[in-house]
Amino acid sequence: MTDRAAATEPILTARAVSVSFDTGGTLADRFRRRERVLRAVDGVDLDLRRGEALALVGESGSGKSTFAKAAAGLIPPSGGEFAFEGRTLGARRDRSDTRRIQMVFQDPYSSLNPRMTVGQMLRELLKFHSVVPADQVAAEAARLIVAVGLTEDALHAYPRQFSGGQRQRVAIARALALRPDVLIADEPVSALDVSVQATILNLLDELRARMNLTLLFIAHNLAVVHHLCDRVAVMYLGRIVEVAPTGELFTSPRHPYTRGLLDAIPRLTDTRTGMAPALEGDPPSPLALPSGCRFRTRCPMAAPVCARVDPQLRTSPDARLPGQSFEHAVACHFAFGERPDEERPSPVEQRNAEPAPVERPSRR
Amino acid sequence: MTATLEVEDLSVRINSRRGALPAVQGVSFEVQRGQAFGLVGESGSGKSITLKALLGLLPPEAAISGGHVRLDGEDLVTASQRRLRQIRGPEMSMVFQEPMSALNPVMRVGDQIAEGPRLHLGLGRSGAAARAVELMRKVGIPDPERRFRSYPHQFSGGMRQRVMIAIALSCNPRVVLCDEPTTALDVTIQDQILRLLTALCAESGTSLVFVTHDLPVIAQVCQTVAVMYAGRILERGPVSEIFREPRHPYTLGLLRSAPNFEENRSGLVPIAGSPPSLRSLPGGCPFHPRCPFATEDCSTAATELRVVAADRVTACIHDDRALHAQLLQPVIS
Repeated sequence: MTDRAAATEPILTARAVSVSFDTGGTLADRFRRRERVLRAVDGVDLDLRRGEALALVGESGSGKSTFAKAAAGLIPPSGGEFAFEGRTLGARRDRSDTRRIQMVFQDPYSSLNPRMTVGQMLRELLKFHSVVPADQVAAEAARLIVAVGLTEDALHAYPRQFSGGQRQRVAIARALALRPDVLIADEPVSALDVSVQATILNLLDELRARMNLTLLFIAHNLAVVHHLCDRVAVMYLGRIVEVAPTGELFTSPRHPYTRGLLDAIPRLTDTRTGMAPALEGDPPSPLALPSGCRFRTRCPMAAPVCARVDPQLRTSPDARLPGQSFEHAVACHFAFGERPDEERPSPVEQRNAEPAPVERPSRR
Repeated sequence: MTATLEVEDLSVRINSRRGALPAVQGVSFEVQRGQAFGLVGESGSGKSITLKALLGLLPPEAAISGGHVRLDGEDLVTASQRRLRQIRGPEMSMVFQEPMSALNPVMRVGDQIAEGPRLHLGLGRSGAAARAVELMRKVGIPDPERRFRSYPHQFSGGMRQRVMIAIALSCNPRVVLCDEPTTALDVTIQDQILRLLTALCAESGTSLVFVTHDLPVIAQVCQTVAVMYAGRILERGPVSEIFREPRHPYTLGLLRSAPNFEENRSGLVPIAGSPPSLRSLPGGCPFHPRCPFATEDCSTAATELRVVAADRVTACIHDDRALHAQLLQPVIS
């Protein structure tokens, strides 16, 4: 029990985090005082547990990268808050908080300073944050570069002298220099060649185990996540629509969007030509979100209730469903075998109608 | 049966300040009518430049240095610029990777689709417009009469790619060349576009040449595939066989390193090292410095493609080793 509690203790918590951008709109909009606000992340609750690898997946525009940047403290949330080990983090983080949550970016060609050698880059960080005593800075830089699978010669080279995969190793060394507890990797392999992707994924996996890192892995490719992560959270238009342990999400997805996303991925054994696409249509503009459930415009099982009620993340009312655990939360009216019914209000609507306290299933 | 498109021993050189680089060397393949042929490889493997060479669209610093490209018997390498202009569109057309940079940003999409039919099919203004609307409907653009008057920036990435496909198909070409048409798109949109492309080509008997780095995409679209590396074809054959029984260690490496969902896998096995630079290609087999099965012969032996089974060729002299490794631990069951 104590072991289990320790294993699932959240290290970084997002509480109702929102990030909005003012898109300006047209001059006429401004005169009319009509706001044009893009809610890239819209009320996300998420626990990152110590030592786990959590994947955040979604298509472009889902808000996954914006959430990652907010979690790393690079953009302030416009609503809600992040807590680190139970302590609320302010909009402006101090140096010690910054140190503990580090980020690796997608494009290793633009995320490294082209005019600094790798050694200068690492030494600057180590000195600025006083990670090690001044006389050990050079040795620490060498240790880091070896830890990510490069040789010490790399310290004297500029980023342009490296291949994409090597640059991403440098970026990882840079992030690890501050000895963070949480590493946020924003699509770290999507800019790399197929044969190199695996080396970076394996490196992240190995470092996580060796350095006891907690990993938040942002990806648009579910296949990449499959090999690396313990849990997966699926985002759609700024909301998390499903969270589950990786195996469970892949074998019994419960949100129609997750199912579509899984079905849309081409397989090596593909022979499905001629069938209808997994999901029809484009995602709606985040500036004009549909009422109720945001996915209903593309959902094959949308019912009238979906236009009225915005479904919240909920766990199964019944753990006896096949392939189902209390870890599995879904934001869909019909996630757990409920039938779309024209006449009756949905269980969620019924619950909302009665102000009685909602009983939440216990984690234990 | 003669092939619609026949590429024979095609070579392309890129002239740089430090001498000519062999970007493509001795590439040969055939595409039958109504079939889809895939060219798969990593960045720098020469797959895209091969595709551009087929249609005479090479950048100024590159030039075809040998070989033939025959479209129903007519050699395009020796064809005049005038003849090539007649071919581009009604005979052979192209779908590019980035629809935003391939479309004209200041021209209405309807006019862009209608341009081909007006030029090549001799349709008048209204006839071409009607054809454009029909094409837009066919590629699944909702409300085509209204969207006809929109500009590319008013479309989503998936819709822009549908416009590109409509343009490519507007003059009923015999061959459509696709250069990573879905790489910039999300998976659910990629799925829609791939299904659309395959359905439309099957319907009209159009042949496809499909370039991508994504093996599962090839599996979904193509019947035959060639694996390219350092400007050469290393292996070629039917898709259904190559991914089950690869006969080149590079193909095996690609299969094992690409994250995917197939059942029988313990983890990702990366390919050691990185692709060679065209400036310093290794002797013998270009893949031997990264190959787990390489022997001394590999650095000297010629890497001619040899026939190993019906419709299957490989450039590996130890092709049985890749095959055995795959059979011992299959990537796909």
